[in-house]
Amino acid sequence: MIEVERLTKRYGPTRAVTDVSFRVEKGEVLGFLGPNGAGKTTTMRVITGYIPPTEGTVRVAGFDVVDQPLEVKRRIGYLPETPPLYPDMVVSEYLAFVGRIKGVPRADLKNRINEVSEKCAIADVREKQTGHLSKGYRQRVGLAQAMIHNPEVLVLDEPTAGLDPKQIIETRELIKGLAGQHTVVLSTHILPEVSKTCERVVVISGGKVVAVGKPDELTRRLQGFETVLLMAEGPSGEIKERLERVGGVSLVEQHETSDGRATFEIHAAKEQDVRAELARAVVESQWKLLELRSSGMSLEDIFLKLTTEDLTEQKSEDTSQKSENGSSQT
Amino acid sequence: MRNIMAIAGKELRAYFHSPIAYLVLAIYSILCGFFFYSITATFVIESFRLQMGGGGMPPINLNEMIIRQLFQGILTVIMALGLLPVITMRLYAEEKRTGTMELLLTSPLTDLQIIIGKLLGAMGLYMVIVLLTFLDIGLLFLYGNPEPKPLIANAIGYILFGGALLSLGMWLSSFTKNQIIAFVVAFAFFLLLYVLDWVSSFSSTAVGKVVSYLALPTHFENFTKGVIDSSDLIYFLSVIVIGMFLTARSVEAMKGRP
Ligand SMILES: Nc1ncnc2c1ncn2[C@@H]1O[C@H](COP(=O)(O)OP(=O)(O)OP(=O)(O)O)[C@@H](O)[C@H]1O
Ligand SMILES: [Mg+2]
Repeated sequence: MIEVERLTKRYGPTRAVTDVSFRVEKGEVLGFLGPNGAGKTTTMRVITGYIPPTEGTVRVAGFDVVDQPLEVKRRIGYLPETPPLYPDMVVSEYLAFVGRIKGVPRADLKNRINEVSEKCAIADVREKQTGHLSKGYRQRVGLAQAMIHNPEVLVLDEPTAGLDPKQIIETRELIKGLAGQHTVVLSTHILPEVSKTCERVVVISGGKVVAVGKPDELTRRLQGFETVLLMAEGPSGEIKERLERVGGVSLVEQHETSDGRATFEIHAAKEQDVRAELARAVVESQWKLLELRSSGMSLEDIFLKLTTEDLTEQKSEDTSQKSENGSSQT
Repeated sequence: MRNIMAIAGKELRAYFHSPIAYLVLAIYSILCGFFFYSITATFVIESFRLQMGGGGMPPINLNEMIIRQLFQGILTVIMALGLLPVITMRLYAEEKRTGTMELLLTSPLTDLQIIIGKLLGAMGLYMVIVLLTFLDIGLLFLYGNPEPKPLIANAIGYILFGGALLSLGMWLSSFTKNQIIAFVVAFAFFLLLYVLDWVSSFSSTAVGKVVSYLALPTHFENFTKGVIDSSDLIYFLSVIVIGMFLTARSVEAMKGRP
């Protein structure tokens, strides 16, 4: 549904995002996890067509964001980091305006407003000015606005920021309920959030993708490993097998392959520098070694920067879940 | 079309849900009423004096005296410098400040639809002003009989004049998040357009001619005389289009660095 390929975004001299690639399948909920300044907002802004990419391509439902922006925008509902409200508009009036510019047919508009108001629990503030709403309600109106045209794709930039614990749980339920019919990308810097709402996670740090996987997988392998990135030309299946046999390597993950080149993410025990061994393995098998580098930061370092506390947990009565999270953090 | 009307409606609504529209209309009608009154009073006194003197002076006419003075003089200056920048200052600056630019630019709208919608919204408020002016002038019909044709020319000129400045003001509003800066810049820019024709009084070179051609009053004058000249029409319509074009460029640049 969403294909991001080698996306780079520069703001003048600063690189906000470098060479980011990932895909989101139809009906999937993908978490975009990273510490502050990682490039989450920037990537989402490119996907929604708000800013153009410097390099690389982004396609949504097969349409390129640069070449066919209207087709892309019709299919996306977007909740920006700050909900884009007109402070002097009343909530219902605001939703009607957004519905109109998103192309909701006049006859459906009223139904749509009712539906999203109910889903986002804002029915009781419908006649209030958006400028007078509390932060949590503003966030929810922002969410309602993103869903008004019942888009195939929802891009949500920190959807639970500013909500109270009860609302966070409700919003997560809402998002989970969207899976299947909608494709969702949501960003967060809260580690437990992704494990509760997302099926797959892209971890981004310093503008680069540092890990991709299922949330529980990621948390499991988070300790004591160093990540090495390796790019080689050759039969990718065989290369992967060979790399797995190198001493000290615990996990090899294969990333996108393009024109015969394969990139691997290799996790190895921290105390061992496996790079020399990896290089020898590739070269001895007569494959071309194109790149080999330590990803600089271990997953652990990145996760340390993430927020690991979850507000809702203080109230949650599900103790088993609590201890599970607790153990993974220590 | 539906998109354009949605944006235009939103802009118009914003004017009338904030003090801006009422402030602009109040200030304008007070000033307009005052000038109208004083010019008319002068006219009345003048005509009495002429009647008393009874000399061979040609009959002075309503159009020449009142309407033209009203438009050519102080009224348009106030409009251009004081009120039109107030109307345009928020067009883009406010969207940039509240972050709603992100909503508009990620909606299935073209930049041009947004630009036209915003200009139409601003024109909507402006048309109320035009209407007020002509209501005042309509009073003349009760007491005298001004010719209607020059009045129509005046109305067309006044609308085009406003449209041109609103279009440029919209452009100037797209550079900043700060409405006050947008106001000041538009004020200075319009003032410059106003005084450009002074050049013609001290420079008769080709450059001087070009510069004075660019001046607003040069083109507005014919309308106040009741003459609709195609070159003036072209001037104002081009300024409107140029303003929209520059706004489009500026919005495009904005996307690179939100
Ligand atoms: N308009 C801009 N001009 C210059 N640099 C920018 C701009 N927007 C973002 N950046 C830079 O790009 C990098 C990524 O920013 P981004 O907002 O995408 O991070 P983020 O992951 O969303 O962080 P957060 O969790 O704080 O929201 C940062 O270093 C930031 O300073
Ligand atoms: Mg962000």
